[in-house]
Amino acid sequence: MAGQTLYDKLWSQHLVKERDDGTALIYIDRQLLHEVTSPQAFEGLRLAGRKPWRLDANLATPDHNVPTTLKERAEGNVGIKDPVSLIQVQTLDDNCVEFGIEEFKINDPRQGIVHVVGPEQGATLPGMTVVCGDSHTATHGAFAALAHGIGTSEVEHVLATQCLLAQKMKNMQVRVEGELGTGVTAKDVVLAIIGKIGTAGGTGYAIEFAGSAVRELSMEGRMTVCNMAIEAGARVGLIAVDDTTIEYLAERPFAPRGEQWQAAVADWRNLVSDSDAQFDKVVTLDAAEIEPQVSWGTSPEMVTGISGEVPDPVEQDDDTVKRGYTRALEYMGLAPKQKITDIRLDKVFIGSCTNSRIEDLREAAKVARGKKVADSIKLAMVVPGSGLVKRQAEAEGLDKIFIEAGFEWREPGCSMCLAMNADKLGAGEHCASTSNRNFEGRQGYGGRTHLVSPAMAAAAAIAGHFVDVRRFDAQPAAEEA
Amino acid sequence: MRKFERTEGLVAPLDRANVDTDLIIPKQFLKSIKRTGFGVNLFDELRYLDEGQPGQDCSKRPLNPDFVLNQPRYAGASVLLARRNFGCGSSREHAPWALEDFGFRVVIAPSFADIFYNNAFKNGLLLVTLPEETIDRLFGEVEASEGYRLDVDLESQRVITPSGEILEFEVDAFRKHCLLEGLDDIGLTLQDEDAIRAFEQRHRAERPWLFRESAQA
Repeated sequence: MAGQTLYDKLWSQHLVKERDDGTALIYIDRQLLHEVTSPQAFEGLRLAGRKPWRLDANLATPDHNVPTTLKERAEGNVGIKDPVSLIQVQTLDDNCVEFGIEEFKINDPRQGIVHVVGPEQGATLPGMTVVCGDSHTATHGAFAALAHGIGTSEVEHVLATQCLLAQKMKNMQVRVEGELGTGVTAKDVVLAIIGKIGTAGGTGYAIEFAGSAVRELSMEGRMTVCNMAIEAGARVGLIAVDDTTIEYLAERPFAPRGEQWQAAVADWRNLVSDSDAQFDKVVTLDAAEIEPQVSWGTSPEMVTGISGEVPDPVEQDDDTVKRGYTRALEYMGLAPKQKITDIRLDKVFIGSCTNSRIEDLREAAKVARGKKVADSIKLAMVVPGSGLVKRQAEAEGLDKIFIEAGFEWREPGCSMCLAMNADKLGAGEHCASTSNRNFEGRQGYGGRTHLVSPAMAAAAAIAGHFVDVRRFDAQPAAEEA
Repeated sequence: MRKFERTEGLVAPLDRANVDTDLIIPKQFLKSIKRTGFGVNLFDELRYLDEGQPGQDCSKRPLNPDFVLNQPRYAGASVLLARRNFGCGSSREHAPWALEDFGFRVVIAPSFADIFYNNAFKNGLLLVTLPEETIDRLFGEVEASEGYRLDVDLESQRVITPSGEILEFEVDAFRKHCLLEGLDDIGLTLQDEDAIRAFEQRHRAERPWLFRESAQA
């Protein structure tokens, strides 16, 4: 018999019941809740007179709607100027009190983006099943946790039953072998993967990211990669447990202690795919060939290397693709064959559940240190992923580097990744963004998003257009003035 | 959940691949704490020429005459014909809520994104997957003949075209059963309460660190 993949192991460890038709009940160890996708779920519980199955499995924090300016944040919920957003955040607070769920409220120093908070608290552990009403729940797979994004009906289902109705996915392995070049980061790796397999390439699969380049990534980098599994169509992204995973988790507030820690670590060491495990699909990338990536279109698969150019729709064979490219270029205001380095920017956003962790901020700060944001940039902002990331960054002096360079240093939240709060793009504005989606209107009505790594975003802020961060330091800072 | 048995309805073609959930229902409308009322903002950025705001009276907004759902021939459509990877992106269940609230009962496409697929079936919205060549042909037929309707029968898993052609589709047995009966998943799962409790007890014994109070005991 062939060995098991990591996904197979996690699945079988949580299988409560399997029906003849392949539908299974799987047990959920952790549910993260935020204000946008939970109100209707709590309302459903109330209407049916149901209670949460297990309170300690849940952890809540508001993130999507929260303002990121210090003045507003100092006022707590009252600082949320949009009355509709305020009701949503207040509703989360009220529901958590009513049902007895632990919440990091708006001004709790532990508040932040759910996918930053969970791992940071050790509330995400290897071998867990983790769900959240948010597609970027795939992030937690970096810890060898089986993590799914779910809809609101499923949020209610998990609250009420501690289980999820699921069907087993197929197994895909994406191997990134070799060494990444200097200045090439986890974000570039995952964008390159999406560029290769497409936004539906992972549909129906759980993707395990493997290979020497993935093993070399920090936990922050691994979270960036798994975070965007959903942009490749896969609900689940996974990375096997190793020393990096275990070192990251030691002493985290929710992590096990003492003998429990020892027992847990021994168990976690098994959370790897067996050497003879069979994958339904294997994709391999050569790390050395990956350049810093920039998306040029309105789907994350519309991406290329910094030395590349915008494609010409005419050269596409598939009609649907041709029309999609034409429409994307029109929306983005770009010309076929335009060089990526010729794309001028209006705003820069460093943040989101993809790239707002301490390592991301360090990488951006390294590029920004001693430089100035170009005059042509209307706004360059850095939004830490959580209050604790912010505090850590400030302890390292990163905030000063950003502020001196002309970036705004903000309070934690989802911010301009999806512009549910006041942080948004104006129509036609081009943004270098470390977020995960470049869909039409995602960052603001008519806004034009280019997905990049934190280092590339910082370099673009300084140059006013995209530049190759690998050669950025070699350029005189005043070149574009 | 509303039952789905059979729908015979007007077809509207949305000729665009990778329609994401941001496009189906933009984020500003996700601030609602209700499950209803999203229909007027379905495809908001494609449908109107201005930027929509929650709670606005949409009847006074300028419509984009080029958008398919604004064309009189497609008024009252209940079947949406779409392209590959429909529903990609975020997990927002507001997307099927908006489609359903607008009046769609069925979406037919070559492929759907996973989370959207789950969400739709939990809201009485049937998703029919047909081969790309068949979809191409249906686009041609819809555009060529005004008033084009399809008969979608879940029980027999068949789509019947106006010429009487039968297109069979696959749907998994459990989802089909729930949709035909209009069943509430939670009620069904709670019938297995004993199995869940037994599993939980075993799980806690084997891996106590997964339970917060025992992890730090």
